Amino acid sequence: MLKDEDRIFQNLYNDSGADIESAKLRNDWKETKEILEKGREWIINEVKSSELRGRGGAGFPTGLKWSFAPKEVGSRPHYLVINADESEPGTCKDRDILRFEPHKLIEGCLIASYAVNAHKCYIYIRGEYFNEGQKLQTAIDEAYKNNLIGKNALNSGWDLDIYIHYGAGAYICGEETALLESLEGKKGQPRLKPPFPALIGLYGCPTIINNVETVAAVPTILRRGAKWFSSLGRAKNTGTKIYCISGNVNNPCNVEEEMGVPLKELIETHAGGVIGGWDNLKAVIPGGSSMPMLPKEICDNMKMDFDACVENKTGLGTAGIVVINNDQDIIKCMARIARFYKHESCGQCTPCREGSGWMWRMLERMAAGEATPDEVDMLFDVTKQIEGHTICAFGEGSSWPVQGLIRHFKDEILERNKFDPVVKKQKNIPYLVDQHLLEKENA
Amino acid sequence: MSIKKIHKEQPETFQFNDKSMEAANKIVSNYPDGKQQSAVMALLYIAQRQNDNWIPLQAMKYIAKFLDMPYIKVYEVATFYSMYNLSPVGKYFFQVCTTTPCMLRGAYDLVKVCKKKISDKENMLSDDGKISWMEVECLGACVNAPMMQVNEDYYEDLNDKKLEEIIDTIYQNKTPKPGSYSGRINTEPVNNRKTLLGNKNA
Repeated sequence: MLKDEDRIFQNLYNDSGADIESAKLRNDWKETKEILEKGREWIINEVKSSELRGRGGAGFPTGLKWSFAPKEVGSRPHYLVINADESEPGTCKDRDILRFEPHKLIEGCLIASYAVNAHKCYIYIRGEYFNEGQKLQTAIDEAYKNNLIGKNALNSGWDLDIYIHYGAGAYICGEETALLESLEGKKGQPRLKPPFPALIGLYGCPTIINNVETVAAVPTILRRGAKWFSSLGRAKNTGTKIYCISGNVNNPCNVEEEMGVPLKELIETHAGGVIGGWDNLKAVIPGGSSMPMLPKEICDNMKMDFDACVENKTGLGTAGIVVINNDQDIIKCMARIARFYKHESCGQCTPCREGSGWMWRMLERMAAGEATPDEVDMLFDVTKQIEGHTICAFGEGSSWPVQGLIRHFKDEILERNKFDPVVKKQKNIPYLVDQHLLEKENA
Repeated sequence: MSIKKIHKEQPETFQFNDKSMEAANKIVSNYPDGKQQSAVMALLYIAQRQNDNWIPLQAMKYIAKFLDMPYIKVYEVATFYSMYNLSPVGKYFFQVCTTTPCMLRGAYDLVKVCKKKISDKENMLSDDGKISWMEVECLGACVNAPMMQVNEDYYEDLNDKKLEEIIDTIYQNKTPKPGSYSGRINTEPVNNRKTLLGNKNA
């Protein structure tokens, strides 16, 4: 288990308060000016050598992302945007940072904005987190009052203004270009990439977008050194991460642990074990609902970091671990996730808009045992036609989990959906009816 | 993307009151000159608060003029995002999360209670007109599942009994206390905490 002193988010459970005095006791805002004085190059190199990877899901190296921002400010100003639109089912880590460690985030914003030459920073918080946003605003006001941000912040000669922008309940706005559209006051529909936001982003200006946890970890990394951070975990998967363990466990919780901690240890030590014992485990979704689920055999020896997850054909994502035990109907669980994606598809690309509804309806019928065996392959085919045919990664996010279900639990689906209407005229199966007619009773 | 119904009976006029106007001007100043359109989401939210938690069409027109942008663009935004209510909702607006992590821990029991104690169908007002409820997608408090949001507050670690108590409290004209209902602090593991103990005991 990670030593307490190595945990970045000391106030994860709000033991000591989120105000500035308590934050300073936790070493926030300590030597921040000295860090800024070491210069942009040093900051970016230090973040690079710490091998910090983005904590928002994709795991892109943060230092590299920062280095994409133009070195000199041209005719267009630079922007820093913080993505706090945390909506991935299973994930609730940013919420705790916003309400209990806001000063880490603000300090991170100052350092990041200095590194990428931005004088304005927008924090995009999902609309449901209204109270969390208010707490962050209180912390921002404190920071202005103490000259930690604002004009000539910390007497370093750097100006920074931080504004909060509330979303209004759209999952897709967690996608970075959809987030920018939303910030510009439009529907949150993702843009084509390239051009990447680092060159053409908010209002057409160079924009760097980072997750809350990533930015909030930066000040501690710079204070304690890249060496310390990269000594945790293993190469390319360094540091610590907040894991959110939910679902069928005895004590669901958020906990900060080292990268690469075994999944079993996380569940057994911190979350009090699976309800009904480890043998009662059916499957685990390791990284928020967009990542394919894993059956118990893999979970037994699985390590939780980016590369280990990819080796097992899944992803670390946001590290929102959803535990499903044998008391649950796994197909029904997946059908509910598919309904989530059907609800949240922005409607821009046809494969995703239509396909997410198809997947949901097929899965609902499979859960009820009304599908035919052929349809399992048909469903897999549908997922393959969504994946890779959409503007943003939502297509992958909605089809991968279904593929994961079919990969690991195909036998169970077939077991339940046995009959073949061509051979036996058993039931009036909706199979041949216009799919949209079925939606009425569920909508 | 959700389907939204525009309410049939619309008020004839809408205008920001002084408090809303002040808030709106402050929001607009957050964005660069000429980019006031960015404020549309916040302004819709302000309008919604002013107008008993729902947005009439007149408010969208008013905001369009206020921000000097086409009405249809405001309409687009108001219908795209799920948090804008385009029809009246109860004074206490229950949003029960039923996405998988909450479902695993019994969110549909909460839905049953809502059906029994509030109204048969989603988005229908209770008999005294105070409460309405709906199922929503993940609200981002998965380790505190099952949970729901009432207006701006989160009610976490619920079960059917506790939800019944909450609803009864509201029927008695009191506001129930937000937060976790299992007695734990925020997102720490119940009775099983192994980390940051030094801080806890400090």
